Amino acid sequence: MRLASLKQLTMTRFREFIREPEAVFWTFVFPLLLAGGLAIAFRDKAPEQAIVGVVSTAAGDDAAMRVAKALLSAAQGDSAVLRVRRVPADSVEEVLRTGTVALVVVPTSGGGVEYRYDPARDEARAARQQTDDVLQRALGRADVVPSRDVTMRERGSRYIDFFVPGLLAMNIMGSSIWSLAFAIVTQRNKRLLKRLAATPMSRFEYLLSFVLSRLIFLGLEIGVLLGFGSMVLDVPIRGSIGALLVMAFVGAAAFGAIGLLVSSRSRTVEGVSGLTNFVMLPMWIFSGVFFASSNFPAAIQPVVQALPLTALVNGLRAIMLQGVGLGGVLPELAVLGAYLVVSLVVALRIFRWQ
Amino acid sequence: MRHGGHLDEVVAPLALEVVGLRKSYGSVTAVNGLDLSVARGQCFGLLGPNGAGKTTTIEICEGLNTADSGTVRILGRTWDKDAMWLRQRLGIQLQETQLADKLTVQETLSLFRSFYDAGRSIDEVIDLVQLGEKRTARVLGLSGGQKQRLALACALVGDPELLFLDEPTTGLDPQSRRQLWSLVEGLKRDGRTIVLTTHYMDEAERLCDNIAIVDHGQVIALGTPRQLIASLGADNVIRLGLGEPAPTNAPVTVSVDASVSLDELLHLPDVTGGRVVASGYELRVSSVQAVLPSLLRLAESRGIRWTELSTHSATLEDVFVALTGRELREG
Repeated sequence: MRLASLKQLTMTRFREFIREPEAVFWTFVFPLLLAGGLAIAFRDKAPEQAIVGVVSTAAGDDAAMRVAKALLSAAQGDSAVLRVRRVPADSVEEVLRTGTVALVVVPTSGGGVEYRYDPARDEARAARQQTDDVLQRALGRADVVPSRDVTMRERGSRYIDFFVPGLLAMNIMGSSIWSLAFAIVTQRNKRLLKRLAATPMSRFEYLLSFVLSRLIFLGLEIGVLLGFGSMVLDVPIRGSIGALLVMAFVGAAAFGAIGLLVSSRSRTVEGVSGLTNFVMLPMWIFSGVFFASSNFPAAIQPVVQALPLTALVNGLRAIMLQGVGLGGVLPELAVLGAYLVVSLVVALRIFRWQ
Repeated sequence: MRHGGHLDEVVAPLALEVVGLRKSYGSVTAVNGLDLSVARGQCFGLLGPNGAGKTTTIEICEGLNTADSGTVRILGRTWDKDAMWLRQRLGIQLQETQLADKLTVQETLSLFRSFYDAGRSIDEVIDLVQLGEKRTARVLGLSGGQKQRLALACALVGDPELLFLDEPTTGLDPQSRRQLWSLVEGLKRDGRTIVLTTHYMDEAERLCDNIAIVDHGQVIALGTPRQLIASLGADNVIRLGLGEPAPTNAPVTVSVDASVSLDELLHLPDVTGGRVVASGYELRVSSVQAVLPSLLRLAESRGIRWTELSTHSATLEDVFVALTGRELREG
């Protein structure tokens, strides 16, 4: 190991990256934009009021008027759980189809009501329960058991809490694979790799310098994203920062090695782009970045669980949201370690220097 | 002694020795039984047209390519046994390498210097290739000639015992070429062993102590520039134009009429060889003074009007033409 040349090689990577302002911008700003956008979409808000339509009734139908009035009065005031709109009898289907109301209440002759809604919609089923409850109470039903609501909000149970570790993992994968693939294939294309191969440079050190320079940027990347998540989005970090860093570094090293493997043969940036997308696409879909990977059928679970991004996402979530220590994420670390070793060995073997 | 160490380390007399080298790519034979030997301290040139097999040969010598058969010994060693030992002692400039655009001259050289156990200082090398003013400039902003000098500097930072330069001036303007030539001449004066390839005969003639003319993957002539030119048996070349010179861009019609044939000209005294060229003849002669009167007499007696009559001293280009019937740049 020649430290001077490892340092020079790593410095070269570092210089080439920071002298490409666009790359720096997208590496750091893109994940922030994504997290910010999601924070707005999934911000905390009051429980929504269901919008319920009531079909206007002919004058003189007293029983129907009684229902309508009871509903309207229930919709008054701040704590009302419903908002009521009048709906002409001939546009019931239209308002349901367009989703402007969740439920339409049709008073029937003889004082009864008919609820019209689409049971496949969650909010429609909820509105049906609430409306029926309100109506029955307003018209005199007495509760058998006294009840009281105590509400609470658990930090860490929101979608954004679920999403930030996934985003972090996806960012580690993307920047590790892309930055290596692009830099290596460009150098091969310009015959710089061949020139370097003509020197006494250690080929292992050359490849190692890519992994090392990735780790330098990784510190910055996860710092920015975690800082934003923690301070702006109030995403919890329950486990230790140390465990989180170890998990992220092992993940970055594994994806760096996969990046080396992906770029070990291609001569053009176009060629390696296709290959990179081919490798990453299944992981974007199956690895549970956007929704839990357990949603996929049991038949494909062995494959899903063997993907390196699944391991990194699960590991980061366990550390951040459940406060698990490194001992609890050993299976995930093992999966990533296996990808690291196998990819590096194969990449070194098949790497094309010319 | 920089590379001392083993008592049994004997300094090999030859810097480079190639015997029976062959290399094919599919059905194309790039190198077809090529032999070379380069003594220490020599500047040796591989001269030949594009596609002659020069680059394949030099890349096999540099350990960047493998031969199908034949042996290569560099500084007395072979690639399969002493690759790292050799890498430390060779300086290599490849054709068409683009160095990293975003690094400066100084950073590029520091990177290359870091690979070698021993070598020259960055400052020394920057001065040597006259890039002092561009020390902190990025590679992207350098001219073609400056980039080529930087590439040469990268080959020199390890203070090599043997320097390989593959087409060092291809694509450069005349001024940059001359600048690079004087750099190489400086390296020669230091007693460095240099192997270079070129398809410019003037470059080979000016820089090389010994030249191997390569065509179709074989050495077809070997010697000093003087020896090669002397082998023509002619000091000068006379060019004769017959008939109307063809207008530019129009198809050339060779109007070699019955008034005089090449055979007749070859039988004139002091004419050692010749060939038909577009719209005339080219004759190799041992003495212009002796041949000219006979040419003029011939013209007078037959009523021939020479549209061109020029002479030049024989060059390596003429040697190549005499050997192959083609010109170097025709490839």
